[in-house]
Amino acid sequence: MMSKEIISKQRQKLMLLYLGNASLESHTIAWSIYDGTGEYEYEAKGTPEPPYASVLEAMRDGWRVIQLPVLQAPEKGREYETNYLKYEVALEKIEECYE
Amino acid sequence: MSDNTHKLSTKQMIDFVSNGFIRLDELVPEALCQEILEEVKNRKNKVIWAEKDESVYHAFDQTTILGKLLRLPRMQGTIESLVGANPRFDHFATHLTPAGTRKGTDLHQDAEYDRRPHAFDIQISIFPTDVTEAMGGTLFVPGTHFRRVYVGDIRRYQNVVGQVQTVCKAGTVVFWHHNLWHSARSNLSDLDRYMLKLRINPSVKQERLWDTTSDSDSPGLFDVLQKELPWQGNDGRMEIMQRIKLWRYLTGDESFDLKSWWTRVDADPFAPVASDCQSTV
Repeated sequence: MMSKEIISKQRQKLMLLYLGNASLESHTIAWSIYDGTGEYEYEAKGTPEPPYASVLEAMRDGWRVIQLPVLQAPEKGREYETNYLKYEVALEKIEECYE
Repeated sequence: MSDNTHKLSTKQMIDFVSNGFIRLDELVPEALCQEILEEVKNRKNKVIWAEKDESVYHAFDQTTILGKLLRLPRMQGTIESLVGANPRFDHFATHLTPAGTRKGTDLHQDAEYDRRPHAFDIQISIFPTDVTEAMGGTLFVPGTHFRRVYVGDIRRYQNVVGQVQTVCKAGTVVFWHHNLWHSARSNLSDLDRYMLKLRINPSVKQERLWDTTSDSDSPGLFDVLQKELPWQGNDGRMEIMQRIKLWRYLTGDESFDLKSWWTRVDADPFAPVASDCQSTV
């Protein structure tokens, strides 16, 4: 009888949470999940609830913060202009995958 | 079209300024929806671009399907309210999303090249069949039309709190500001999804084109202009200031304000005046 070899691989799961202000406790206003394990497939529809209400809540569930947004004053003359979502926080989880 | 019977009300215009779109359910009669379907099934994903500067009513006369659509009284009244009685044709596209089509991240804004401070085009999305949630009707993010972003840069955002996916009955039409963030969605149903999209440009200043006699004295009329949307966070007040500017443009009333947002900023007694600047040259 042949033994079946199990190969372990690590894959990154990335979550971007966009916050209402610069505090990691502030509320999530948008989010994205890019899943290197292949388990989760993106599908936006309807009006879903964010996976975590804040970055702090995600940290307490094992997500690691890997990037914080840089705080920048607006350019002179563009103080009233709005554009991208400013408070983007990148978080990751490293998960084991098996083949 | 010149009387006010089918034009938007003041309240509807304020909703448009705040949210960036107006949805009119079942505007197109069933028989015309069937005609549209026959036409678009043959055309698939075809786009017609304007080749010259001409009125949309001239580009599509009443013998064409689109010409018939454009001359529906509520359609014509809504168009006139937003961009005037004789808007310029920009482009027209039929969108077919076959059953079982998956779409990836798709949130985008159409017109990074368009930097007019206040004037706007409208895009008209016409849904000739019922659209269920599984069919993946166009998803909009209300209130994003003031954001200055570059087309697909925002594809990184998969979900925004308050986003609205179009689920509607056949004949529903959405009139939306050309800068509103939007996204085509997967069609996970076993029915093909069709949508027609027409973009038109104003050919007149967009000032007081709607039924200005309607509900202009209603209590709470401007509440929606001051309502921050859930995704706006820290920028909520800046968004309200943009709405005030757009309402000034649409009414021609440069003194219009709410809670003195612009009045206090513009009232700086120490700001240099034009004559001071010239004297230094």
